Amino acid sequence: MVPLWYYLVLAAALFCIGAFGALARKNAVGVLMGVELMLNAVNINLVAFWRYTTAAQLTGQLFAVFVITVAAAEAAVGLALFIAIYRQRNTVNVEEFDTMKG
Amino acid sequence: MQHVMFFLFAIITLGAAIMVVTTRNLLRSALWLILVFFGIAGIFVLLNAEFLAVVQILVYVGAIATLIIFAVMLTRQVMDPKQPRFNDQARVVAGFATLLFVVLAVIVTRVAWPVAIGAAPVDAIQQLGMDFVGPYAVPFEVASVLLVVAMIGAIIIAREHE
Repeated sequence: MVPLWYYLVLAAALFCIGAFGALARKNAVGVLMGVELMLNAVNINLVAFWRYTTAAQLTGQLFAVFVITVAAAEAAVGLALFIAIYRQRNTVNVEEFDTMKG
Repeated sequence: MQHVMFFLFAIITLGAAIMVVTTRNLLRSALWLILVFFGIAGIFVLLNAEFLAVVQILVYVGAIATLIIFAVMLTRQVMDPKQPRFNDQARVVAGFATLLFVVLAVIVTRVAWPVAIGAAPVDAIQQLGMDFVGPYAVPFEVASVLLVVAMIGAIIIAREHE
């Protein structure tokens, strides 16, 4: 089998790409895609650790299922928010979302 | 063989992920995101998590990617080629993301993980189902409540106000 650290390096790379996308994108939907990439990187880590340490118990897979659930909820609420903001302000540029700025 | 498959899926995943964060056209970005999800499903199959691979494709490709494409299409002006795709801090963020990757890569390759590869359970899906209604019943129910709350919240937020 492939050594464990291959998977960990892959997940780290995916997480960093996602973090870049989440922090550098101007479009709010692009930011959300970056967040999804980061959540997927976490899932790879969870499943890889499950397979390489406690394969008899399914804890790692269970956690990954919960992460997927939360990601789905987050995507639904996030995209609804963007559509609501777009209706009001006619933009999805995160730099123009400044109504709560003091 | 495992090595070849791993590198194939890893290259697909990472290449498509880089395209997701750099493509100017957001709709194409969303299509690259689907490829990322398929690559990760392949990684799950390599890790003997077949159920998760199927869930990954069903939930991420079937639901989340579709939702994202809908959002891209409902919010126009997103494909304006004159708009810069990154904000002013993109260079700094790229530097820090690279730094974070280097630090993480050094750490995960240096640490001696307590690896104990056992055989993957043959009846994993059955066991997963038993766990969800047995020891993990409460988190499972909380997750379903969370999904209902998210659905209602999304409807209320996105509803047209008169």
